[in-house]
Amino acid sequence: MLKKIIHLWHILRQLTGDDAYDVYLKHHAEFHESSVDAAPALSRKEFFKLWQDNKWKGVKRCC
Amino acid sequence: MHKNFKIMIWIAIAMLGATAISAIALNRGESISALWFIAAAACVYAIAYRFYAAWIAAKVLMVDETRATPAERLENGSDFIPTNKWVVFGHHFAAIAGPGPLIGPTLAAQFGYLPGTLWILIGAVLGGAVQDMVILFISTRRNARSLGQMARDEIGPIGGVAALIGTFLIMIILIAVLGLVVVNAMKHSPWATSTVAATIPIAMLVGFYMRNFRPGRVLEATLLGVVLLLLAVVGGGWIDHNESLRTLFDHDGLPLAGSIIVYGFAAAVMPVWLLLAPRDYLSTFVKLGTVILLAVAIVILQPEVKMPAITQFVDGTGPIFGGKLFPFVFITIACGAISGFHALIASGTTPKLLTNERDIRMIGYGAMLLESFVAIMAMIAATVLEPGVFFAINSPAGVVGKEAVDAIAKINSWGYAVTVEQMNQLASDMGESSLFARTGGAPSLAVGMASIFGSAFGKGMLALWYHFAIMFEAIFILTTLDAGTRVGRFMLQDMLGNVWPKMGQTSWMPSVIFTSGLVVAGWGYFLYIGVIDPNGGVNILWPLFGIANQMLAAIALCVATGILVKSGKLKYAWVTGLPLVWLVIVTSTAAWQKIFSDDIRVGFFAAANDLATKLAAGVLPPDKAAVAPHLIFNQQLDAYLTMFFVVVLWIVIIDMVRVTTRYLSGKPLLPTSEAAHEPSRLVENWVRD
Repeated sequence: MLKKIIHLWHILRQLTGDDAYDVYLKHHAEFHESSVDAAPALSRKEFFKLWQDNKWKGVKRCC
Repeated sequence: MHKNFKIMIWIAIAMLGATAISAIALNRGESISALWFIAAAACVYAIAYRFYAAWIAAKVLMVDETRATPAERLENGSDFIPTNKWVVFGHHFAAIAGPGPLIGPTLAAQFGYLPGTLWILIGAVLGGAVQDMVILFISTRRNARSLGQMARDEIGPIGGVAALIGTFLIMIILIAVLGLVVVNAMKHSPWATSTVAATIPIAMLVGFYMRNFRPGRVLEATLLGVVLLLLAVVGGGWIDHNESLRTLFDHDGLPLAGSIIVYGFAAAVMPVWLLLAPRDYLSTFVKLGTVILLAVAIVILQPEVKMPAITQFVDGTGPIFGGKLFPFVFITIACGAISGFHALIASGTTPKLLTNERDIRMIGYGAMLLESFVAIMAMIAATVLEPGVFFAINSPAGVVGKEAVDAIAKINSWGYAVTVEQMNQLASDMGESSLFARTGGAPSLAVGMASIFGSAFGKGMLALWYHFAIMFEAIFILTTLDAGTRVGRFMLQDMLGNVWPKMGQTSWMPSVIFTSGLVVAGWGYFLYIGVIDPNGGVNILWPLFGIANQMLAAIALCVATGILVKSGKLKYAWVTGLPLVWLVIVTSTAAWQKIFSDDIRVGFFAAANDLATKLAAGVLPPDKAAVAPHLIFNQQLDAYLTMFFVVVLWIVIIDMVRVTTRYLSGKPLLPTSEAAHEPSRLVENWVRD
């Protein structure tokens, strides 16, 4: 039961983008940190700015 | 044994569905339980999803779960991200389901509950859901390209340009009609106006919270916003009871339309994070919450649908909009049955998140079924009202008369019982001064929802429920208005950028202001005409929007059919070909009638000529004579616009037929733009839910 609730909570966080920064950090650690000249990960605030602006580029809402 | 058991369950579902549909179709009694609608819808969707959609996925599209999707191949951590299928479903559904499926069915209820309900069910499972799913599939196979790009790549440049222009014009008409719906809901209602106005600073506060105060804490911020929205509904009631404050928010249609136009411009120019993004979070949460609440209330309460199955207005004399059952029920209900706009979300946006092709059925087909279900609930909420009340709220003053007594007499003459006292009592229960001629569908839907919620969760708060429902509709209408204006602006900047590259820079302020101004002027014009039109404006704008939206669906289905044929699947091309043929018949007939009909309530030219004759003869009262030249010009403009839509549609069709015949006779074609097969690495290690 508790497992299910935690699972639902994860889905809710993913749906809303609440965990976008955590996902980004993971992606960054996995793909970028190994190379020598990699830029350091963005701060939470910087990342959120980029993420939000990116999200609103295309057609987002319909009738 | 296990297999037999499954077969028996599906037979039971089929039988229940058949029983429910017969109950709805054959009922000629006083009323019918809304539960039959829910049962019919659930069974039709289940069978269509399990069998038809599965067959399309396996045989027609041949989805390949071992094939890497664009989200995997092009993963970049920002827009291409392999995402959990439920999350993609949620995003996709939130993006496709706007106010359309709530308004269309409410207006179409003038024909009775049956035609609209059947079209919502059949249209969705054979048309809309198929379109969404096939477009999602072909875009996924083409690096998440947009519909316009795919049309250009696969059919030719003409199709691409047509899709672009079609989208732009639909956007203009859609925003105008949605703005009109909000204006009609706020007209002389201090409670509704103040609540809707409060959503703007609330959204800004939430935006600020997410951006600066606690960056990225989306859930916290949204929760805060939802609580504030609920307080705004309560606060609106308080303002309404305060004599000096209520006059601040008590306005005519015209100043309200003006403030919506100013607001739309500001929203398009302002940064997204301040208004658009936070409003979107709030509207998504409120929308999902309310839809779930409505479904629960309908199941608990089992309200009785009181509208007849079919009314006399199928002959084209309906008060809400003119025109016969065929083709106008299919134009009026676009969203909820088939909506071309979805093709824009299903291409470009959603494929960038899709982890595996096997989820295309659930996301493309499934999300559309859910939207169709929302439309069914809107139909229920509209038809649980006494038909007399329904027509009193939705009939424009230009048709039934300005005075309550005249309106009631007219509605009674159609055979629907309703009294002035009943309407006054209802208005006072809902906390409004009057509910006559509140066209646009939002107020009658709110009354229907309030009466359902009121009976399910306590009658004492009808006024609160009514204004909650108005807030719920207004908040995502305004989201669509903001987002649509912005998308229109981007498209315009893109087009102008071909002529003058500097205009194409989306962050160059003069270009932003110029293009936003043009887009807002476009929809603002139609909104203005709608407000001054004594017939309410919705009767003109909504069919125009319906034709445009169905036309875009037809373009999407053309692209899909062309691609199916080109990929050697001619024998399955009917899957998208049949809905395409139906839409072409419907939109062409509707457009023909809107242009050439002699009936002044249907034909644009007929209405313009009639008004011009009356104006010349001097028989119009002074207030009508003053606006008549605008209305005449607008009717003519609408006629030419409709002509333009049909011509664009037929150009795309002819182009598609040209491509398919070239293919069938073995002549050279544009090469397919499908990305090469690459095996997925996620299939084994992706943790499935």
